[in-house]
Amino acid sequence: MSTMNTVGRPTAPNALPDNDYKHPTLTGARGLLQDEHLIFEGEGWGKTGVDLPEPATDGSDLGDLVRKDPIGLPGLSEPEAMRHYVRLSQKNHAIDLAIYPLGSCTMKHNPRLNEKMARLPGFSDIHPLQPQSTVQGALELMDNLAHWLTTLTGMPAVALSPKAGAHGELCGLMAIRAAHEAKGEHEQRRKVLVPTSAHGTNPATAAFVGYSVVEVAQTDDGRVDVADLASKLGPDVAAIMVTNPNTCGLFERDILEISRLTHEAGAYFYCDGANFNAIVGRVRPGDLGVDAMHINLHKTFSTPHGGGGPGAGPVVLSEALAPFAPAPWVVNTGEGYKLVEREEDEAAQAFGRLCAFQGQMGMYVRALSYMMSHGSDGLRQVAEDAVLNANYIKARLSDLMSAAFPEGPCMHEALFDDEWLKGTDITTLDFAKAMIDEGFHPMTMYFPLVVHGAMLIEPTETESKQELDRFINAMRLLAEAAKAGDVDRFKGAPFHAPLRRLDETRAARSPRLRWSAPEGSNIAAE
Amino acid sequence: MRFTKDHEWVRLEGDVATVGISKHAADALGDVVFVETPEAGKTVSVGDSFAVVESVKAASDVYAPVAGEVVEGNAALASAPETVNADPEGEGWFAKIKVSDASAVEALMDQAAYDAYLTTL
Amino acid sequence: MRYLPLTPDDREAMLAAIGAKSIDDLFIDVPQAARRDGFVALPRVAGELEVERALSAMAGKNATASIVPFFCGAGAYKHHVPATVDHVIQRSEFLTSYTPYQPEIAQGTLQYLYEFQTQVANLTGMEVANASLYDGSTAMAEGVLMATRVTRRNKAVISGGVHPHYVKATETVVHAVGVETQALTAAVDAEDAVIAAIDKDTACVVVQTPNVFGTATDLTKIAEAAHAAGALLIVVVTEAVSMGLLKSPGEMGADIVAAEGQSIGNALNFGGPYIGLFATREKLLRQTPGRYCGETVDADGRRGFVLTLSTREQHIRRDKATSNICTNSGLCCLAFTIHMSLLGETGLRQMALLNHEKAVATRDALAAIPGVEVLTPRFFNEFAVKLPKNAAEVVQTLADNGILAGVPYSRLAPEAGLDDVLLVAATETTLDADIKILAGALAKVLAA
Repeated sequence: MSTMNTVGRPTAPNALPDNDYKHPTLTGARGLLQDEHLIFEGEGWGKTGVDLPEPATDGSDLGDLVRKDPIGLPGLSEPEAMRHYVRLSQKNHAIDLAIYPLGSCTMKHNPRLNEKMARLPGFSDIHPLQPQSTVQGALELMDNLAHWLTTLTGMPAVALSPKAGAHGELCGLMAIRAAHEAKGEHEQRRKVLVPTSAHGTNPATAAFVGYSVVEVAQTDDGRVDVADLASKLGPDVAAIMVTNPNTCGLFERDILEISRLTHEAGAYFYCDGANFNAIVGRVRPGDLGVDAMHINLHKTFSTPHGGGGPGAGPVVLSEALAPFAPAPWVVNTGEGYKLVEREEDEAAQAFGRLCAFQGQMGMYVRALSYMMSHGSDGLRQVAEDAVLNANYIKARLSDLMSAAFPEGPCMHEALFDDEWLKGTDITTLDFAKAMIDEGFHPMTMYFPLVVHGAMLIEPTETESKQELDRFINAMRLLAEAAKAGDVDRFKGAPFHAPLRRLDETRAARSPRLRWSAPEGSNIAAE
Repeated sequence: MRFTKDHEWVRLEGDVATVGISKHAADALGDVVFVETPEAGKTVSVGDSFAVVESVKAASDVYAPVAGEVVEGNAALASAPETVNADPEGEGWFAKIKVSDASAVEALMDQAAYDAYLTTL
Repeated sequence: MRYLPLTPDDREAMLAAIGAKSIDDLFIDVPQAARRDGFVALPRVAGELEVERALSAMAGKNATASIVPFFCGAGAYKHHVPATVDHVIQRSEFLTSYTPYQPEIAQGTLQYLYEFQTQVANLTGMEVANASLYDGSTAMAEGVLMATRVTRRNKAVISGGVHPHYVKATETVVHAVGVETQALTAAVDAEDAVIAAIDKDTACVVVQTPNVFGTATDLTKIAEAAHAAGALLIVVVTEAVSMGLLKSPGEMGADIVAAEGQSIGNALNFGGPYIGLFATREKLLRQTPGRYCGETVDADGRRGFVLTLSTREQHIRRDKATSNICTNSGLCCLAFTIHMSLLGETGLRQMALLNHEKAVATRDALAAIPGVEVLTPRFFNEFAVKLPKNAAEVVQTLADNGILAGVPYSRLAPEAGLDDVLLVAATETTLDADIKILAGALAKVLAA
């Protein structure tokens, strides 16, 4: 008996009095989850986490221009900063933790090689206005990226500078507008046709550029109603904006007819390339009659979503639109690379400039690193696996949940409606929140708007079969619980997340968008 | 009280019409978080967007059901938008409009016709 | 293929579960004429080593800012970023998450956005700031569009001190919706011309401080003139660190601040990704572009944060949205807010003073060179000099000798006729030895 525990330390868990997980802690923390206050609520006024040399000037040569009042910026020492942000990070779901099946967002694995490459000083530590002779490698990279993008899409030209998908849409529509202006048709062509299922950026962009938006109906099988489109096309239409594969996760079967009708009417075909991941390497948009399409590098080409950005939205352009591409662009002269920064220099028809510099260089490096890693064979496999994974989910869940478009295969995302929840008193939102408790990020909800209570699931190609099965198993268990009347599990969910459901009404009614010092406090803030 | 197909209501007293959005509309929007009402003196035609109402999940233009000149916007809604949910067809009114053609109000749906219309949606 | 987990057996089993014979069955909706067999004409799969070699070779052809005497600015600035910043932004939970659509499992992102919004509001001296836009130039364009909505007027007066690329990026977008711009002639000190240009049709006045020539300007008079005419004052800031030393735009009467935040936490990156700071007065909130994070409580009454006021945005308002923007600069915001938290007010002021100190030392060194005329009267960390030679040629000659001497103004606006003007920036990273090298080399080139 020499190994007897003589200091009273129990080595097996106590028998629990009950299984009630509701056992609030005294401090608000929960195990690994720390209750972390705002940096403004600490004691960091006057503190700093950097060691800088003592300045030799006090700025008095600037006289009255010097800022005298307190600014209101607390400081953290390095260990405090590390803790603060690590504690915050642990309250986030992430792709690296589990499947993140947000439909239309393409949350795929973000290779770390991309990060390493983007941080090479030769890319990250160069200034956008250095003499071009000193950035030949950067221009070469842009030229290479352009080659990959134009080859994969079968389009002759690409404008790299748009800073996100919506910015790319803006670029595409501006090019279309410029083309109509060049033909003297801009004044008569003031409408843009957009299907009802479109992402909100499409109508917002068309309106942003000054077009009026006309909606095009959808057929019962989730595609553009070609007859309705044909009836709305005419000499007053500047462009159509169609997402393909569309936001219902379906390939537009009549795409060739759509582009033919559009071109016959003298309009241009803008394709929203948000879902290019489903067809990359297998279908070239150029073969579909597309005139302009943005490519979200953060979707198809794996640059990180980063909590909401930064994105990148290069736009590929047809022969008809290529002359109107905005500055700047790269030309390979044979003796080196040249960055054309002024549209007057080479092509008088360029519509202008979309941002101060060359666009999202950091994202170009990551995207090219990803494309080179996959190669043409790997990229084709990307599309195939993305589509296979989505169809697998659709097939495995369709007996319990109602697929919005059960006939035929889907592309890269599986769309369900809330028909199957009828009579359960559980909504799509409730179901999504219960998924959180099971460790999954919910799918996209209530989008596209054309499907009631929509649940749009996009697994991407970087999920293993094992992870898909784990997800499918959880979804099945939840669906069965919903049907069995286990309503509380859903209505109150999530119970196990860092926070319970948040009061969005309160946030919107009296917005508090910044921290302010409590009344009566003498904190050195405004 | 009369209603439009866009779910505005009108109550005419003399030549001044009080207008707002119907209970059906308020319920469909959910919790109203913001209302922008017109300033006095603004002239509106039938169908003009003259106010905005927002919930967390939706934003909607409110169309003038009658033509005329705005006499008063309901300023109280700026700080208490929830009134639109609590009492849409009373305290939650949007504006008072001095109408140019009172007979136009008669052409709108009455309560029974509006209720019947709602069942068709 | 290392990024693809499915095995051939998995694929076969999954096809069977679906009831498909081959992968081609899942692509049947693609018209026959658009199907492509085989691979597109690009290289095949490549291992990490191959990719790293190829990209490193390209990177190696560029002259990096940290290893040469470096004086480029004009909207992008070389600053030291603490190592903590890059470590934290690469944490999986930040790097590989998305827009916080599900706030219960995105409080990490939401809380830093709330802190970021507060820092930006305080830094700019404004009441509210959004969760960022793409960059400073697109923020300026959004500011002009917002001003036309607020004032229901249609003309923007743009100071001759605003960065020409910002002007171009703004004009490209706002002209498309019929907004007129009156861009004034390039001027080192532009205050009087701006005031003279304001009239009853002016929706907004856009000024930059420090301006593209480096001039730090008291904007109070311009603000008064703009407000007297019922116009808004939009203040552009391309060097965010300057606000640690100079009076904030808010103190000087700005209605909208459109700033580039790259200087805090973010690398030069050859121009992007950067981070657009956008701040304004609370009463104008409903007309602003972009997303906001707001404070609220959860079902148990605990404080939490959510995206809010989204009815202005495209996913709800569609064609009536205040902007078509859908993303923000997420990770760049995070880098900004971490760096700012490390600096704190004390560190920011110190860093700003060091920038000023180095710029003054550089100015003094260049001013001593025969033929060099300093144009900028008051500046933060950047100033313009007039050279007796073509500035672009001088810069090229110095670059050929391993010195990045600054940005010739003609690079930004060749039509301005300021071919002899060079913009020179210095920061806390500038070494005294580099200033000597620059001055010595410039003197030699000018004497040649």
